[in-house]
Amino acid sequence: MTTMTTIPLVHLAHTRSGDKGDTANVGVIAYDAEDYELLRDTLTVERVREHFGDLVEGEVERYELPNLQALNFMLHGALGGGGTVSLMTDAQGKVFSTAMLRMEIPVPAEVAERVRGRGRVPPGFDPGEPVPLEGEA
Amino acid sequence: MSAEDRIIRIGSGQGFWGDDLEAPVRQVEGGPLDYLMMDYLAEVTMSIMQKQRSRDPDAGYARDFVPLMERIFPAIIEKGVRIVTNAGGVNPEGCGQALLEAGRKAGVGGRAKVGVVTGDDLRERLPELIAEGHELLNMETGEPLEPILDQVQSANAYIGARPIMRALEGGADVIVTGRSTDTALTYGPMMHEFGWDPSDHDRVAHGVVAGHINECGAQASGGNAMVDWWTIPAMESVGFPLIEASADGSFVVTKHPGTGGRINRAVVTEQLLYEMGDPSDYITPDVVADLSQLRLEEVGPDRVRVTGVRGRPETDFLKVSIAYSGGWKAVGTLVYAWPDAADKALAADRILRARLDRLGLEFDEIRTELVGWDATHGHLAGPAPADHPEVELRVAVRSQDRAAVERFTRELAPLVLTGPPSVTGFAGGRPRVQEIMAYWPALIRKEAVQPHLNVRILEV
Repeated sequence: MTTMTTIPLVHLAHTRSGDKGDTANVGVIAYDAEDYELLRDTLTVERVREHFGDLVEGEVERYELPNLQALNFMLHGALGGGGTVSLMTDAQGKVFSTAMLRMEIPVPAEVAERVRGRGRVPPGFDPGEPVPLEGEA
Repeated sequence: MSAEDRIIRIGSGQGFWGDDLEAPVRQVEGGPLDYLMMDYLAEVTMSIMQKQRSRDPDAGYARDFVPLMERIFPAIIEKGVRIVTNAGGVNPEGCGQALLEAGRKAGVGGRAKVGVVTGDDLRERLPELIAEGHELLNMETGEPLEPILDQVQSANAYIGARPIMRALEGGADVIVTGRSTDTALTYGPMMHEFGWDPSDHDRVAHGVVAGHINECGAQASGGNAMVDWWTIPAMESVGFPLIEASADGSFVVTKHPGTGGRINRAVVTEQLLYEMGDPSDYITPDVVADLSQLRLEEVGPDRVRVTGVRGRPETDFLKVSIAYSGGWKAVGTLVYAWPDAADKALAADRILRARLDRLGLEFDEIRTELVGWDATHGHLAGPAPADHPEVELRVAVRSQDRAAVERFTRELAPLVLTGPPSVTGFAGGRPRVQEIMAYWPALIRKEAVQPHLNVRILEV
């Protein structure tokens, strides 16, 4: 029997968002192609709607992009009116997608093990240390 | 090399008005390049430029583009790099004239041509267009434009590749447009070089995707990229993306050698999904692109090949971006320190709102965020951390009544001595009252705009 556990989406996928008026788009991209189907089956319109709750006032639409191991969500009424009307810090939805990364996803234990720590800086990371080009290290 | 093997290199030099000023220089000097595209325009930019022009008839374009050109004019003429940009904003003519002067100062007089594309600006034509039956219905609400006509600040049709191609045929070294689509700045040169017709749907659709990748500058070469961002090298000298385009439409996304950043499948995928709607229905003035069969392939270090884009015939419409005065707003902030920082900030917010209420001020919206807790994730951020070191209280208001917003800006500072303790960060003075430029997206039939598009070639 497969042991299931729950992990945040941040370990399974990376995201990018942008705006179109009062609509935020959230692209969700599986790190590993093998996890695309899991995301497609888990990140349903209903579950995404439930996750955001009153942060999204309008409809949620979803498009599947298996060719890019990705899903694209359109979240209508998510940006407080959008553009310069919006009073939000994130009026253009630039970081809206990171709120999606908090979603808790049920996965088999071996998947959780495989993706452990992904999407977060490694322990001991020093942001003050330059990252040289290859060959210049 | 046969014509079929010919590669055209189209680099990205600016992803928005205010982007890295050194990037275009690095693109021109850092390796082989045929075209440099620079995108300066966003939805709100046109209304800002229109305001500048209403104060100064010579203004209304991306002013920093001119000194940049003065710097790179000799190099681009020497190397044969052609510039395609929408820096013209609401005054492409004014931008073109300033460029002539910049070119002469840079010593390319008699050796360079500037192409100026006009006709996208519909502001003065709106009454006539409405009278002709173009309702310019708001694409989000379905309402007609007529009732708010006197509030309109700017109105521009998104125009495509055809005027850019005409300017290239006319020999222009630098092409300045108004509200050209971001993507046409890249696929216009591809259509010109390879002799594509808009009916070459699949090829032009590849060009559209190349344009979508180029239009945000370094966002396609490692900037703002999520995957292992801490390992992306030398972002201090990030190489902006450049497209190596082939006659069959396929292209490689890459950057100059020796520059920082990263171009791989993950980075390019993130950029493809930026501001994406229905990926099978990416509408442009020249073609409708379908990304649902698109393939990305890593073909070398910092090299991603793009194939499989499909295209369908263009629609009968152009999108129109209209900005209109939508009232006033202001944003004020105060910083509260430990202990109990979030409780202090929320108590201050309650007191502030009670005072605004007693003053009888009318607001369409008052929004409170605690920066450091819930500003970007709302309730998903969870309860306030038990021992929050500090938070910034950010209160924003919006009203049709300018006086109400004005009074709000005077109600923040008093909280320092008349509210909860341990508060600072008010040294910047009163918040600024800003006019809201609301966005009105609409469609217009192409025949109402296209005959008015004009291309002029000017000798430097």
